[in-house]
Amino acid sequence: MELPYIVPDTRPASDAATIDGLSRRTFITATVAAGGGLLLSLAVHGQSVAAERGATEFAPNAFVRIDRHGRVTLVMPQVEMGQGTYTSMPMLIAEELEVDLSQVHLEAAPPDDKLYANPLIGFQITGGSTSVRGFWEPLRRAGAVARTMLVSAAAATLKVDPASCRAEHGIVIHPPSGRKLGYGAVAEKAATLPVPQTVALKDPKDFRLIGTPVKRLDAASKVNGEAVYGIDVKLPGMKIATVAACPVFGGKLKAVDDRKALKVKGVHQVVRLDDAVAVVADHMGAAKKGLAALDIAWDPGANARLSTADLVQQLDTASKQSGVVARKDGDVAKAMAGAAQTLEALYQVPLLAHTTMEPINCTVHVQPGGCEVWVGNQVVSRAQAAAAQVTGLPLDKVRVHNHLLGGGFGRRLEVDYVTQAVRIAKQVTGPVKVVWTREEDVQHDIYRPYYYDRLAAGLDQDGRLIAWSHRVTGPSLLARFLPAAFKNGIDRDAVEAAAGPYDFANLLIDYVRQEPPAGLTVGWWRGVGVTHNAFMVEGFIDEVAHLAKKDPVAFRRTLLDKAPRARVVLDLAAEKADWGQPMPAGSGRGVSVIFGFGSYIAQVAEVAVDQDGQPHIKRVVCAVDCGQMVNPDTVEAQVQSGIIYGITGALYGEITLKDGRVEQSNFDDYQALRIDEAPIIEVYIVQSHEAPGGLGEPGTAAVAPAVVNAIYAATGKRLRKLPIKSADIKPT
Amino acid sequence: MAYRLKVNGRDHTVDVDGDTPLLWVLRDVLGMTGTKFGCGKALCGACTVHLDGAPTRSCITPIESVGNAAVTTIEDIGHMPAGRAIQKAWLDLEVVQCGYCQSGQIMSAAALLASNPHPSNSDIADAMSGNICRCGTYIRIRAAIEQAAQAFAPARKGG
Repeated sequence: MELPYIVPDTRPASDAATIDGLSRRTFITATVAAGGGLLLSLAVHGQSVAAERGATEFAPNAFVRIDRHGRVTLVMPQVEMGQGTYTSMPMLIAEELEVDLSQVHLEAAPPDDKLYANPLIGFQITGGSTSVRGFWEPLRRAGAVARTMLVSAAAATLKVDPASCRAEHGIVIHPPSGRKLGYGAVAEKAATLPVPQTVALKDPKDFRLIGTPVKRLDAASKVNGEAVYGIDVKLPGMKIATVAACPVFGGKLKAVDDRKALKVKGVHQVVRLDDAVAVVADHMGAAKKGLAALDIAWDPGANARLSTADLVQQLDTASKQSGVVARKDGDVAKAMAGAAQTLEALYQVPLLAHTTMEPINCTVHVQPGGCEVWVGNQVVSRAQAAAAQVTGLPLDKVRVHNHLLGGGFGRRLEVDYVTQAVRIAKQVTGPVKVVWTREEDVQHDIYRPYYYDRLAAGLDQDGRLIAWSHRVTGPSLLARFLPAAFKNGIDRDAVEAAAGPYDFANLLIDYVRQEPPAGLTVGWWRGVGVTHNAFMVEGFIDEVAHLAKKDPVAFRRTLLDKAPRARVVLDLAAEKADWGQPMPAGSGRGVSVIFGFGSYIAQVAEVAVDQDGQPHIKRVVCAVDCGQMVNPDTVEAQVQSGIIYGITGALYGEITLKDGRVEQSNFDDYQALRIDEAPIIEVYIVQSHEAPGGLGEPGTAAVAPAVVNAIYAATGKRLRKLPIKSADIKPT
Repeated sequence: MAYRLKVNGRDHTVDVDGDTPLLWVLRDVLGMTGTKFGCGKALCGACTVHLDGAPTRSCITPIESVGNAAVTTIEDIGHMPAGRAIQKAWLDLEVVQCGYCQSGQIMSAAALLASNPHPSNSDIADAMSGNICRCGTYIRIRAAIEQAAQAFAPARKGG
């Protein structure tokens, strides 16, 4: 999720990772680690959301351990869900620490907002494409300080000047004498030395790891079945449970007849919650069979008749009122009044599920004096707090073991499933792994909300854009997720990138908050506000370009005088995609350019539309400027990944409601793009030493508008609503 | 009732209902968690194993239907030449991201390569379109299968 109240995504974005208006200082303390060796903790002091709540103390937020054997352990503050943090974070440390990645051992951080807060967000969270941006400096500094102290300790042992020593591959070398000491040999001594107040970080030209295509550290275990995700946890005496929550949002359990279920071989117990039923068994096969054998009566409650049309009706009504002004430049009303041509449009994006490949699961063991949780989650400290709340235990009696995540995409930023699993586990003796079926996942997700945006633009007599307004109507995710960040009625995520990367002389962005009915919870989805607004802005500006009878690339260029990096990626994508070259009948190219998460991305999609109106996305060319890269191979992988995820959303993503229930249930009716539909994807990266930008999400944000713009080029049909429906573009 | 099962060359006896899917026997009864649950309806391919070499969705395969077929899972696929070639190409080309679907992807790809050492693009699409990857690693999966095929075919000829 982008959090612009902390990380302003405004031009110039040469250093989007800088915390605006805050003095950020890094403090590092060293102590002798238990068992000997140097324990280096690192603290980032800076105002944050936590600080706004009054927690202003200095707190370490990541640490390196080096034991007397030279074993280097990095406790990972950020979780691995595919995006490559378990490679990029170690690279940052190892670069300055002068160790090889083969020497680094990784541990998942336990929950602790004081030790492991994300510097850009203020608590322990992996999201918003912030891992590299947030930890870029602190982790390198941690490595540099550790190396400096180890070199000093070795120099003292050898009775030589530290300046005459250097470190490489975990060894301190004194070249004049040829003597060497391993890190392990000097770790204890290093721990007794004063921590240097300042250390110089490497000049980028001296990087030996950063910027190179280092192999993923987690890959080997992921090709032979050894990788352990939350769903793979095995504990002595563990039972498996599966669950059915009330299919109507906000509804309750009225009654359940479990006689048949309890007769299923392997079923032990049926657990009743006020809004769900779980069957506890020896294995998932029995649990599912038991669940199917239950006779359940639900009390659907207030949402018994809720449909998608109701949601849209509410949004439509709300969108007709003016909202809270989020940004105002110049005078839009005056410019519109004097415009030679004006254009208005309504853009919509639907509710979306995440469908992470690893279905939702959480393993819990509740005992009288404590609770243990095994899970894959993006907000581990919140998982701990949720378990503490349900059990009534103090936080220090709740242990959370985080695991590899089989996909996150925003779904695992939530702890609803942790809360539910702990509620179930309270009624079970021994550990229980609660595993949702795919149907439960699709029908009880925390959905990307429906947004309903009204845009307007004015052109002068020469076809120049002189006014732009964008009214965003939708719920506030920040108000629920980070209440302190929801200020003055403006959800900065909802309006993030609502003017794209462009310079509009007369601009108005306003925000109308419209929440769905209680019981239907909405949340983050890959690319968050940028994904939602990129579709609106890049689609609408394409319309405006055509109204102005200008080439869509050329028209965008005229609005990017103040965003030269955006212009560079736009030009690069256009050039590589053969923009302007003829296409066969029924085919077209569409473009998009965005700024989000500190990165600039432009995409050109090539789409062929067949006789049935079926779009075939043939090729996507993507140009990226994400500043300094940590791992170019991961950058390419994340862009490919984001594009495929975004295409799935554009072609198939739509959760609909009828009678208060989700109508979709599994990959047959909530489809995901498959390999036979995957386009050629070309990724071109602009080399840069600007501050690193995030890359987990912007690839997703840019692709849907490029595709609908290509469909327009191919068919003349303008799509203002996702997902793309062939009926809307079928040749007539 | 009790069922005898041969998994990766080892015999097991499990006492479950006959309609219990093989997936849950592997994961929850035998503790072999490399094979993944994704959908429960043969829609995503995460649970793919080999039965006598044929790629099979274990989530809809009742244990009573397995009979004497040899079950091969991701834990053992590296002992087969095609599986080894696929795993190597997966690592060379850095295919994995979250990795959760990759057991199934590799099992499908290994079965393809074992039966068709020179798969065309459409062969790859046909064999792999039943395996969903939400991280979208398809571009690299295609390239890795092609690379594995190039490496595998000469090795196969040489025995």
